[in-house]
Amino acid sequence: MNAQLQPTGSAYFIAKETEKPENHTLSVLVDNEPGVLARVIGLFSGRGYNIESLTVSETEHEKHLSRITIVTRGTPHVLEQIKHQLERIVPVHRVVDLTVRSHESGQERPLERELALVKVAGTGEARVEALRLADAFRASVIDANTEHFIFEITGKGTKIDQFIAIMKPLGLVEICRTGVAALNRGPQAM
Amino acid sequence: MSNGQSERREMTGAEMVVQALKDNGVKHVFGYPGGAVLPIYDEIFQQDDVEHILVRHEQGAGHAAEGYARSTGKAGVMLVTSGPGATNAVTPLQDALMDSIPLVCLTGQVPTSLIGSDAFQECDTVGITRPCTKHNWLVKDVNELAATIHEAFHVATTGRPGPVVVDIPKDVQFAKGFYVPPQIAPRTSYQPKVQGDLEKIKAAVELMVGARKPIIYSGGGVINSGPEASHLLRELVDLTGFPITSTLMGLGAYPASGKNWLGMLGMHGTYEANMAMHDCDVMICIGARFDDRITGRLTAFSPNSRKIHIDIDPSSINKNVHTEVPIIGDVGRVLEDMVRLWRASAKADKKALYPWWEQIAKWRGRDSLAYKMNHDIIMPQYAIQRLYELTKGMDTYITTEVGQHQMWAAQHYHFEKPNRWMTSGGLGTMGYGLPAALGVQIAHPDALVIDIAGDASVQMTMQEMSAAVQHNAPIKIFILNNQYMGMVRQWQQLLHGNRLSHSYTEAMPDFVKLAEAYGGHGIRCEKPDELDDAIKEMISVRKPVLFDCRVANLANCFPMIPSGKAHNEMLLPDEATDEAVANAIDAKGRELV
Repeated sequence: MNAQLQPTGSAYFIAKETEKPENHTLSVLVDNEPGVLARVIGLFSGRGYNIESLTVSETEHEKHLSRITIVTRGTPHVLEQIKHQLERIVPVHRVVDLTVRSHESGQERPLERELALVKVAGTGEARVEALRLADAFRASVIDANTEHFIFEITGKGTKIDQFIAIMKPLGLVEICRTGVAALNRGPQAM
Repeated sequence: MSNGQSERREMTGAEMVVQALKDNGVKHVFGYPGGAVLPIYDEIFQQDDVEHILVRHEQGAGHAAEGYARSTGKAGVMLVTSGPGATNAVTPLQDALMDSIPLVCLTGQVPTSLIGSDAFQECDTVGITRPCTKHNWLVKDVNELAATIHEAFHVATTGRPGPVVVDIPKDVQFAKGFYVPPQIAPRTSYQPKVQGDLEKIKAAVELMVGARKPIIYSGGGVINSGPEASHLLRELVDLTGFPITSTLMGLGAYPASGKNWLGMLGMHGTYEANMAMHDCDVMICIGARFDDRITGRLTAFSPNSRKIHIDIDPSSINKNVHTEVPIIGDVGRVLEDMVRLWRASAKADKKALYPWWEQIAKWRGRDSLAYKMNHDIIMPQYAIQRLYELTKGMDTYITTEVGQHQMWAAQHYHFEKPNRWMTSGGLGTMGYGLPAALGVQIAHPDALVIDIAGDASVQMTMQEMSAAVQHNAPIKIFILNNQYMGMVRQWQQLLHGNRLSHSYTEAMPDFVKLAEAYGGHGIRCEKPDELDDAIKEMISVRKPVLFDCRVANLANCFPMIPSGKAHNEMLLPDEATDEAVANAIDAKGRELV
């Protein structure tokens, strides 16, 4: 019964991991005060948890609340620990595992979107091809001169990955991605 | 409104600090002055309500505050300067975090205008202490200072207690602002759950009623919850007739003289406690956290039991061991409900437990704490036993350092009450015991406070002897001197082919002369038949004492669960031959801590 649990923070017993790791998206509501992001990130690095993506911004100005969206990877047991450890942080109000919540309501996953700015430089045929493909991906041009474009693209992470892969041979210069913003479907709040 | 003086009065930040300490019931502060806290020290100088205990090193201040906290149940307070003052406080902060001790640490900081400029004695105190505190604050506005200190006390002492740091820049200490008195308006994000879920408690009681091989495994959470929790624990044991064992941190919650007591469990616990843990069918874990020193090899930990886990910290549940009935809440509150429900609905079928108690009696018969007595050399276990016999009727508090002597103290000194045993459990901080004894003695000036020490550990914080002399704290430092870092050597014997790399102290100080140099009293004892008189002398001296108890150099601490082994694979003292010791741990175990 205990074998399935991976002991955290101890080199005493190195049990074989039998559970499979999964990607989960956590929504963390925190007081927007100095150091709160460092507390969250420090928890992940200090306890050896993974961060695949992290997005943070103040979402309720009057209440000084920020929402941190973290995509993390771990076994169900580790994911449960992460949630409880986050809840221990004094300025953390709530932690919701959006992935678990979406499964409960019959969805495969929460609604997740990412924004990327993609700079592509080139001339001639490659330039025309880049513009044509951007249109197909519903990416918009937000800056351009005769030698480059900056595209803005929004969507699931996989769509952005795909867009970037396609732009690579067409003169991709640099990329900036926001990380995942996520909500669950339906009328209820987190 | 009774104390009109403290109501929204304008004052300096430094005044606020002292006022806030008073308003939070603080009588003693352990500290060390320095540039960035001079305004606060100036205020301390001008009043008598809060007494300052000057230590010799900030680590000493922290451990003294911890000892103070553990022996009183109140928050311990330390005050240190910026930079090195703060970094020296890190060890006691982490120690307090791991053992859930309420500790409020006030640090000075360079003026706000200099923060980030690599100013003299500047360090990123909140950054450095973030992972070793429950919470910390940098106060940049004097008008937030009072409320922040009040919140710091609230966070440190409620829920799962722990250390907090309030970092106060020097200009904020000088600035004038309005003081607000403590009020109960905790932030909405911090609401520890204290009341246990009644349905879960009912389920636990049902499981307990049906148990035929039950065991109660209690920990430091019972002591942190307050004296009432210990009282309820005793009541529960009496009602159910269940056997009870405890972690290192929980000793004293149930009296060692109680008939259901199995002794401590874990790596150096008793045979009966560990075997009962392994073979039980229902385990009731009360305020403990399944630490690796407790469980042994996790895959073989108590394989056939269903487990009930009471803990105030949800992250303790299912962290290392899966629990069938988790109950989140304060141990005292949960035990209150549990005892009430048991009384109302359950009848203890104590007869059904007879076979289990018979089995336990057989395990007890192995006498796992036995050792070979020697008439020429003092055995360390004998020294602790004599210390216990000669001090047990007195108002005694015991602290320890870390190592073999700590385990022997836990095994052979018997505790009847909570808050009488101060030891560094989670972090295992050598040098904890001497300053902790100072803190305990400050809180209980007339009590007999003994640090059971090792010759290596005690030298890490020896300088606090000077603080003890200054503050007339007649602490007794009972050193089991074997010239070795005994536990290091024991592991080298078990794991590293008996190559005793740097675990022998070739130049040991003369502890008697050292005591005298500090203005204390020194005693040396080398013969078993002189031990009793020497201990009596130690007790009677109203001064700090260094007691150099020369013990068998090569004695090892048994029983022991070797690395990577299960509870039922203990190494018992009569089996611990040289060969057994050499082969106790296989290659895989050698990699483990």
